[in-house]
Amino acid sequence: MKLPTWKEMPEGIVILEAGNAQEYETGSWRTFRPVVDKSKCINCLFCWIYCPDTSIIVKDEKMEGIDYSHCKGCGICSKVCPAKAISMVEEGSL
Amino acid sequence: MKTKNLIALEGNQAIALAMKQINPDVVAAYPITPQTEIVQVFSEYVANGEVHTEFVTVESEHSALSACIGASAAGARTMTATSSQGLALMWEMLYIASGARLPIVMTVVNRALSSPINIHCDHSDAMGARDSGWIQLWSETAQEAYDNLIQAVRIAESVNLPVMVNMDGFITSHAEEMIEPLEDEEVKSFVGEHKPLRSLLDVEHPFTIGPLALPDSYFEFKRSQAEAYKRVIPVVKSVAEDFAKITGRRYDLFETYNLDDAEIGLIVLNSTAGTAKEVIDALRRDGKRVGLLKPRLFRPLPVEELKGVLSKLKVIGIMDRADTFGGFGGPLFTDIRSVLYDVPNRPIITDYIYGLGGRDVTMEQIFKVFESLESIYKTGKVENLVSYVGVRE
Repeated sequence: MKLPTWKEMPEGIVILEAGNAQEYETGSWRTFRPVVDKSKCINCLFCWIYCPDTSIIVKDEKMEGIDYSHCKGCGICSKVCPAKAISMVEEGSL
Repeated sequence: MKTKNLIALEGNQAIALAMKQINPDVVAAYPITPQTEIVQVFSEYVANGEVHTEFVTVESEHSALSACIGASAAGARTMTATSSQGLALMWEMLYIASGARLPIVMTVVNRALSSPINIHCDHSDAMGARDSGWIQLWSETAQEAYDNLIQAVRIAESVNLPVMVNMDGFITSHAEEMIEPLEDEEVKSFVGEHKPLRSLLDVEHPFTIGPLALPDSYFEFKRSQAEAYKRVIPVVKSVAEDFAKITGRRYDLFETYNLDDAEIGLIVLNSTAGTAKEVIDALRRDGKRVGLLKPRLFRPLPVEELKGVLSKLKVIGIMDRADTFGGFGGPLFTDIRSVLYDVPNRPIITDYIYGLGGRDVTMEQIFKVFESLESIYKTGKVENLVSYVGVRE
C-alpha cells in the first residue's frame, strides 16, 4: 500500500472510504496462532460471531479456516469453541 | 444618514446577543465566572423560543467541548463559551477540535488560571491554548467582541478551523458599554447558511473521523493541518471587508494608533489598549513620538504584516498579561522578538508583565513603561529585558 503524502491527505482527521480496515494487515501482531482441527469442528460459527476482527472465513455456512493476514491471535475463538476444535499454538514453535 | 441604534450592554450580554442573532444549531456550554452571564442569557433565549438552538446542558467544560465536537462533526453550526479553569478542562478537546478541522466558535472571557484561585482578568487561560490550533481573535471592547464573534463564524467555516474570541474578564464582560448591534436579518445574511465540509449524518457519504494514526501517518495529518493556517490571514481580511460594508466598522489583523511616525511603540492586547491610547494622547501632546499596536489576530500570527509595521521602530515595549514560568518573558514578547529577529537594524524589544489576576492597570503604570522605553531609546541600554509592572516590590 502506497501511503499518501501530506498534500494528498483529506482535510480533517478522516478516512473517506468505508471498509478499508482490510488493507491494514495485522497478522504480524500475533504471538499465538489459532489452529483448527476440522475433524472436531461442528460449524456452529461461534468463532465467526465472537471474532473481534473478521478473521474467520465462512463459506456456505461452514467454517473454512482463518484469515492469518488479519488474525491478531487474541484467542477468543479458541476460548468460545464448544467443540474444542481450535487450539492456540505459539508462532515460533510452528 | 442612518440613525445609530445604540444600546447599553455588558460585554457578556453583547456576546449572548450575537449568539442569538447567529442562531447556531448547537450550543453546549457550562457556566463559569466571569463567562456565566453568556450562558445564562443565552439559555433564556432558548427557553423563550427566540433561537432554534439545541442547547446541551453538560456537567463540565470537558463535556461541553466534547458535545460541540460531535455536533460540529455532524455538520451543525456549533458554539460555546468559557473562562480560565473551564478552558483548562477543555484542554485535550481543544486539540481534537482543531486537528479534526471543526469550525467551532468559542468566546473566552479571559481570567487568570489557578493557583492561587482568582476570578479576575489576565490572559494566562488563552495564552496557554495558543498552540492548540485554534484561531485567536482579541477584543478591546464589548463592541469589538460582538463584532469579532459574528466575523468568527464566517472565518471558522471558510477555513474549517475553530476560532476563539477573547475579551477581558469583568473589565469587558461586566462593564456596560454603548454598543451598536446589527439587525437580526443583517447577522443572518452575513453568517449565511452553514455548509459543512462533510457531515456524519450524511449516510450517502459515510466516513471515519478521528481514527488512530500511527507513526506511518500522524505526521502527514499534522503537516497538512499546519498548512491550513496559511489560508487564515486573507480570509480574516476579506471577512473584515465584508463586515465594514454593512457596519462601517473596519477591522484588520491588528490596529495601529499613532504608529506611522512613531519611534517608540507599545504592543498590548485587549482592554489595556484603550488605557494605553489615553497615555499615548498625553505623551503626543508633549511631542513624544510614541504609538501603539493592538493585535486582533494573534493565532495565526501575521508575521509578515507585523514585520511591515514594526521594523522601522527604534524601541518596542510589549505588555504581557501572562507570564511563561521558567521561560523568557511573556508569550507576546517571545513571538514579537522572533518576528523581528531577521529585520536589519531590528528594534530593541523589552517586556513588561502586568495586571496578573486582575491587578488594576492604571495610566501611571503605562506612563512608567513609556519612561522606561524612552530611557532605552536615549541610552541604547537595557537594564532588564523582562520586568514586572504594578507589583509590590
